[in-house]
Amino acid sequence: MNPVLVATGLDKSFGAVTAAADITLSFERATVVSLIGANGAGKTTFLNMVTGYLKPDRGSIRFEGRELTGHTPREITGLGIGRSFQIPQLFHSLSVRENLLVAEGIAHATHVEAETDAVLARFDLASYGGQPAGLLPEGVRKLLDVAMALVAKPKVLLLDEPTSGVAADEKFGIMDLVMGAVRGQGVTVLFVEHDMDIVARYAARVVAFYDGRVIADGEPARVLGAADVRRYVIGEETHAAT
Amino acid sequence: MSSILAILFDGVVYSSWLFMMAAGLTLIYGVMRILNIAHGSLYALGAYAAATIAGAWLAAGYAPVGSYAMLALAAVLVGVVVGPLVERGLLRRMYGQDEVVLLLVTYAAFLMLEDAIKLVWGVESKLLTEPYSLPGNFHIGALAYPRYNLVLITVAIVTGLALAWALYRTRQGKLLLAVIHDREISAAMGINVTRVYLVTFTLGSMLAGLGGALTAPTIAVSPGIGVEVIVLSFAVVVVGGLGSLGGAALGALLVGVVRSFAVRYWPEAELFTIYGVMALVLIARPKGLFSAPEARKI
Amino acid sequence: MRGDRTVPVLAVASAALLALAPAAPQWLVFLLALALSKGLVVLGLVLLMRTGLVSFGQGLYFGLGAYSAALLANRAGLADAGLMIVAGTACAAAVAGVLGLLLARYREIFFAMLSLAFSMILYGGLVKSSALGSTDGFNLHAKEFGGMALAAGLERRVFYAGSVVAVFVTGLIVHRYLSSHWGRLSAAIRDNELRVEYLGASVYRVVYVNYVAAGALAGMGGAFAALAVGHVDPETAYWTTSGEFVFIAILGGTGSVLAPFLSTAIFEAVRTIANQYAPNVWQMTLGIAMLAIIMFLPRGLWSLVARGRRSA
Repeated sequence: MNPVLVATGLDKSFGAVTAAADITLSFERATVVSLIGANGAGKTTFLNMVTGYLKPDRGSIRFEGRELTGHTPREITGLGIGRSFQIPQLFHSLSVRENLLVAEGIAHATHVEAETDAVLARFDLASYGGQPAGLLPEGVRKLLDVAMALVAKPKVLLLDEPTSGVAADEKFGIMDLVMGAVRGQGVTVLFVEHDMDIVARYAARVVAFYDGRVIADGEPARVLGAADVRRYVIGEETHAAT
Repeated sequence: MSSILAILFDGVVYSSWLFMMAAGLTLIYGVMRILNIAHGSLYALGAYAAATIAGAWLAAGYAPVGSYAMLALAAVLVGVVVGPLVERGLLRRMYGQDEVVLLLVTYAAFLMLEDAIKLVWGVESKLLTEPYSLPGNFHIGALAYPRYNLVLITVAIVTGLALAWALYRTRQGKLLLAVIHDREISAAMGINVTRVYLVTFTLGSMLAGLGGALTAPTIAVSPGIGVEVIVLSFAVVVVGGLGSLGGAALGALLVGVVRSFAVRYWPEAELFTIYGVMALVLIARPKGLFSAPEARKI
Repeated sequence: MRGDRTVPVLAVASAALLALAPAAPQWLVFLLALALSKGLVVLGLVLLMRTGLVSFGQGLYFGLGAYSAALLANRAGLADAGLMIVAGTACAAAVAGVLGLLLARYREIFFAMLSLAFSMILYGGLVKSSALGSTDGFNLHAKEFGGMALAAGLERRVFYAGSVVAVFVTGLIVHRYLSSHWGRLSAAIRDNELRVEYLGASVYRVVYVNYVAAGALAGMGGAFAALAVGHVDPETAYWTTSGEFVFIAILGGTGSVLAPFLSTAIFEAVRTIANQYAPNVWQMTLGIAMLAIIMFLPRGLWSLVARGRRSA
């Protein structure tokens, strides 16, 4: 029971807005966890703090025992945490292949071209290889975004809404590809998601956020069925008798 | 002691001149996100127009006091004629492009206006000394100062206060502030952003023209006077924070006074101190003294 | 790179230019020498533009290169053109090494204008320095090149040949650089700095290296230009000189290391003609041309060459 990532007592406010209030969470190796919550509940803020884009007002975040707060995204990536973004952060004028070549080059891959081809195959992106990343359909952009984050072989992978903006019938395909890529490598995956079907299918554990706090944390069936989660996150009122 | 006073006075005079230029530049940037290199040409146009109009007034034998009104008239004309010409004829086609591209567009406009000035007024210097010598001198200790400098300081202060009042107390001004804050939301709220751009650019051009018109009596008006002005104005605007009127005033004061001390004690380093101040301020506060907070990107 | 003919073209062009050295008319040698010297500055600008940065202050390094070369000959008595070129390049690189530490933190307009400001500091210093000839500057003469004494009347041709060799070598190096991981990384930084940091690379380091390289290239160009003209003055550091370099860079585009030299040659040729027949509308012509390129050919003249090649 040696957790790979531990957040303790995280606080973050932007003026009058509380984005995080006393967040304490711990994540084990090789688990898949989904972070759910309404917009503004604090999920992306949490990811931003873990990766060093934001500094928490109070609290600590430890990765394999090392304190992360105060470090930059570059340093934290170097330690072994990868991240994809709500709006895919790509190099729009470079081709899909070149995007991956950049990532491989930065990760000091020994055979940059071969590794890139392997990634393209694994994520079913080979046919898009030569196209500029800025002109791709959203699903492809999302996949490329995740593929780039995985190049450095991170131990913890943070996915910020990996299927948002993607056509409904493509969502599962994307998650299958992503989960397939990390299977068997002991990666801890945290994914923010609004689609509860995706959550139910891929998550072994669900953490629900509301108003900067964690309101539920546990097995998907239990969390997704909890009354306050249904009210504050999923948006369904439970009625006494139907 | 009186030499310190003299240096400070010189500094304040220079600051007033800097403020006239920086105010227009920072407003245009704040509203339109354009760093307008052509601002220097409008300064030069103001000087030339002043030399011509006030010169004609004086040559016709009218009351010399009226020449000051002619200076103001020159500035207004320059702003109202050339401003909309540049904004509507050129800039309007390029909105939405990268800031550096827009910078290059205003640079191109500057080049064109510089030669346009040569074509209209020729290459010889124009002199307009009467408004400068008219009010006579006053004394600080043993040193004689032209009272005209007080005119400059007064105009700068009045302009600053008038701008601040117009921006923060009138409805039109608040529309401008809204657009400075967020262009898209202002447009979504029904503000005619296109018209605000035109008004801002015209106002900024008038201010540049006024700077030039007020300077005309103190120099030989010749091609190229607009060139160095831009770089100095930019330094002031950056020190104060792009888009901040108060910053322009503070930046002008800081740069003007520091430069004044440099000129007195170490003249070779005049430009060095000005840009040195700019570099130091940017190191301490990368966006200038008064800058807007930035929203999160991811 | 499929079908990348840059290196062969560079080699052939250099050989052709070199062949002109002994017998071409004096005015042509001068024009080409100037075009190649300034082209080096623009090459550095293209490198920076690939990274997403526009420097409005390359005049600083151009001026430093010119003056340090000239001072070596006139004040230190070392009138060896080879040494002068090395000195010009090294001096510019050293200053870029220091200023780059600060400038690599800035982007967009701030980078453009800060670089301009530093060039104006040099300009101000040069203008106020009577020891350096103030606005008039001073002449320089080089009597040797790399230890070999130069035959009278042939100096300019030798300097020209030297610049051809320099252009060939630097063009080759920059081309290899841009085709490598570092070149791709520079373009990635232009597109999305945040992602580069999130992938684990230091944006600051790449920008710094590119900035110093651009400064060194501009210094080399300044030294060659000083030798070609035989004179240095503060105008080299004036912001309008830097503006001209930017114009030429946009004219050529960033598509190839060959583009800067092509566009510089065109620029110098047109400027010479304009100065002859219409000196008072030269700036206006420049401004109109700049607008035309920005509006209709945003990738510069090189996009015409690339377009033609693609359809072949």
